[in-house]
Amino acid sequence: MLESVLVANRGEIARRVITSARKLGVRSVAVYSEVDAGLPFVREADVAVLIGPGQPAASYLNGPAILAAAERTGARAIHPGYGFLAENPAFAASVLEAGLIWIGPSPDSMDQMGDKINARNLMEQAGVPVSSGTREPVPDVAAALAAAEQIGYPVMIKAAAGGGGIGMSAAAGPAELAAGFETARSRAERFFSSPAILLERYVEHARHVEVQILGLADGRVLALGERDCSVQRRHQKVAEETPSPGVSPELRARMLAAAVQAGQAVKYLSAGTVEFLVDVTTGDFMFLEMNTRLQVEHPVTELVTGIDLVEQQFRIAAGDDISFPAQGVARSGHALELRIYAEDSKRFLPSPGTITEWDEPAGPGVRVDAGYAAGNTVTPFYDPLLAKLCLYGADRAEALDRARAAVAAFGISGLKTNLEFHGELLASAEFSSGEYDTGLVGRLRAR
Amino acid sequence: MSEVRAEMVANVWRVVAAEGDTVADGDTLVILESMKMEIPVLAEGSGTLTKLAVAEGDVVQEGDLIAVIE
Repeated sequence: MLESVLVANRGEIARRVITSARKLGVRSVAVYSEVDAGLPFVREADVAVLIGPGQPAASYLNGPAILAAAERTGARAIHPGYGFLAENPAFAASVLEAGLIWIGPSPDSMDQMGDKINARNLMEQAGVPVSSGTREPVPDVAAALAAAEQIGYPVMIKAAAGGGGIGMSAAAGPAELAAGFETARSRAERFFSSPAILLERYVEHARHVEVQILGLADGRVLALGERDCSVQRRHQKVAEETPSPGVSPELRARMLAAAVQAGQAVKYLSAGTVEFLVDVTTGDFMFLEMNTRLQVEHPVTELVTGIDLVEQQFRIAAGDDISFPAQGVARSGHALELRIYAEDSKRFLPSPGTITEWDEPAGPGVRVDAGYAAGNTVTPFYDPLLAKLCLYGADRAEALDRARAAVAAFGISGLKTNLEFHGELLASAEFSSGEYDTGLVGRLRAR
Repeated sequence: MSEVRAEMVANVWRVVAAEGDTVADGDTLVILESMKMEIPVLAEGSGTLTKLAVAEGDVVQEGDLIAVIE
């Protein structure tokens, strides 16, 4: 097992990694920015190092400062969490060059999958179904219009170096594409330091279903199960569940097999997620992107399998065996995660502020992964995630019942949250039926 | 005269208008960014932008003055 780990992240995921480190007797080091000094992850680590001001570029994206903190504290391994430097191959390489252990896949597989165009082409070669789209970055509006004629409208405009649903927009025809293209380019440059754009066929009725994979040192890639992440606003996930109510056992088997192929194609090591789109109309599934890191919604997979994914990451990084039998991953019950965001429930606009009350729900099947506590200030520098409210039940009905009670019991004051929205979600017929797609939140708000 | 103020704590990502500009109702003056979301700040009413109180990279608090239109 690892001797120590520095968590190059913040908030709930830093706390999550530190929790597993504690459980396994691994010394934990937190790095934090000035505005995060009071957060739970800082005090729960064995050692905490202040690395800079709130601006991410000066702190959580500051590779040299993070490496300096590792040197100062003698941390031997780095866990990048998600976001920030988690999918930055140059940072991963610098960690390895410093003689430290990188808890994640190789910089090369991160590189290959980080470019969405390259990833799609690679997947196609590996026999994984992909959506129709551009094989090269689209250099200008004229090229975009030409490509869209080939692909067929409507098209999705995406940042090739993007992720997290940021920098995506749809175009129903040439006028919208022309208007949306430049906006997409400048966003891509701003958020992902690359103006490269790709176009994909836009699927009208889609479910976003992803598969959790674990790459082992001996070259085997395991698929641990799928997660339905179709509840989204602004193309960002708000709720996830497993198993997906929209996936038959037969489709599940095919998707898990495709995810394994995807991982093998890049000799994937450690935890990763292969994201697919399921076309509800045709029942086809197609590769969207691969995330070479642990995902926000990993807890739902943990709840139905009983596997601690962070622990598996530590084991693989330490050269140890995983803690469960590779050939038989047992899944039982149903799990749901609700992302509690610092934003208002009507228009989902950000709501920074100081938390005056924080009252978590508890009880059978309730798991809360929280990044904040009462007295903490939520600043505009980071994403709006306050906590992940996770529910487990013997079946979907029980998980939903527990979710309704838990949302009603969760008390957060001092800023606006989307708890009320989650109450609406759980009360909605569409979500309760399980027969929903990525248009769900839009329909809930259109009323 | 109208004062345009920040509706929430945010970072000033981009300053689009400049002091002295003639602005129309609905024109984007600055774009704020908060929690990974871009929030355009628009002119309410037309006139001349007589004062621009923020620069790119500033952090504004709720209620801070952004611009004055006369």
